[in-house]
Amino acid sequence: MFYAFATVAVVASLLVIAQRNPIYSVLLLIASFGALSGLYVLLEAPFVAVIQIIVYAGAIMVLFLFVVMLLNAPHEDTDFDERTHPLLRPGPMRLGGLLAVALVLELVWALAAGAGAGRFGIGSVTSVAAIGRMLFTDYAFAFEVTSVLILVAMVGAVVLARKEGGQ
Amino acid sequence: MTSAPLEQYLMLSAVLFGIGTAGVFVRRNLITILLSIEIMLNAVNLAFVAFGRMYGRADGQIIVFFVMTVAAAEAAVGLAIVISLFRHRESLNPDSFTELKW
Repeated sequence: MFYAFATVAVVASLLVIAQRNPIYSVLLLIASFGALSGLYVLLEAPFVAVIQIIVYAGAIMVLFLFVVMLLNAPHEDTDFDERTHPLLRPGPMRLGGLLAVALVLELVWALAAGAGAGRFGIGSVTSVAAIGRMLFTDYAFAFEVTSVLILVAMVGAVVLARKEGGQ
Repeated sequence: MTSAPLEQYLMLSAVLFGIGTAGVFVRRNLITILLSIEIMLNAVNLAFVAFGRMYGRADGQIIVFFVMTVAAAEAAVGLAIVISLFRHRESLNPDSFTELKW
C-alpha cells in the first residue's frame, strides 16, 4: 500500500515539473496530494489526511487553477525551451538540476547510513479532539499569530493584485 | 497497519523535496515554480507526520497544520505578485523580470 501511494506521488510530482501546460501541472499536483493523503492515513493521521484534501487540493490548488485560467497563458513562452534539449540549456538551469539530484543523493545516503531503528511505536494520536485541545493550549500563541499572518496575506494579496490607478 | 518503516517515508520525502528543488531551478514559468514550492512544502509535511507517528505525539500533525497555513498565505501572495507581473509584461518567464523598477 505504501509503495502504491509513494509511486503515485513521485510520478505525479515528476510529471508536474515535466508538463508544459500549467493546467495539467496543477491537476497532476492534485493527484500527488491525493496520494500523500493516503500516506497520511497509513501513518494514522486522519486529521492531516482530511485537511490535505480539503485545504490543499480543494482550496489552494483551485486558487492556482483559477489564476492559470485567468492569465490565459497556458504555454511557457520561452523560445529555447522548444528548441533545446533539457541538458543543453544555459548554466544555472543545468547546475540547478544537478544540485537537486545531489541533494536527493545526499539525503538518501544520510538516511541509509543512519541507524535503522525506524519501527513505528504502538501509540499514536489519531483523534481530532486531542489535536484540537493541544492546538488551543500548548500552541495557542502560534495559532493566534497564524490568524495575523492570514490577515496580512489577505491585505497583501488585495493590494498587489489591485489595478493601479483605479480608485 | 503501517508496513513501511520510518526510513522509507523519509526517503520518499527526500525524493519529493528533490523534485521540488529541480522544478524551481529547471522550469522557467512562475506558476510552475510556485507549484514546485508546494511540492517541497508537502515533502516536509510528510517528514513531520512520519516523525510524529514515530514518537506517538500529536506535535507533528500540529506543525503540519501551521505549514499548510503558511503555504496558503504564500500561495495567495505569490499568485497576486504573478498576476501583477503578468499585467506589466504579458509574460510568466522570470527571465523577463530582471529590473528592480520599471
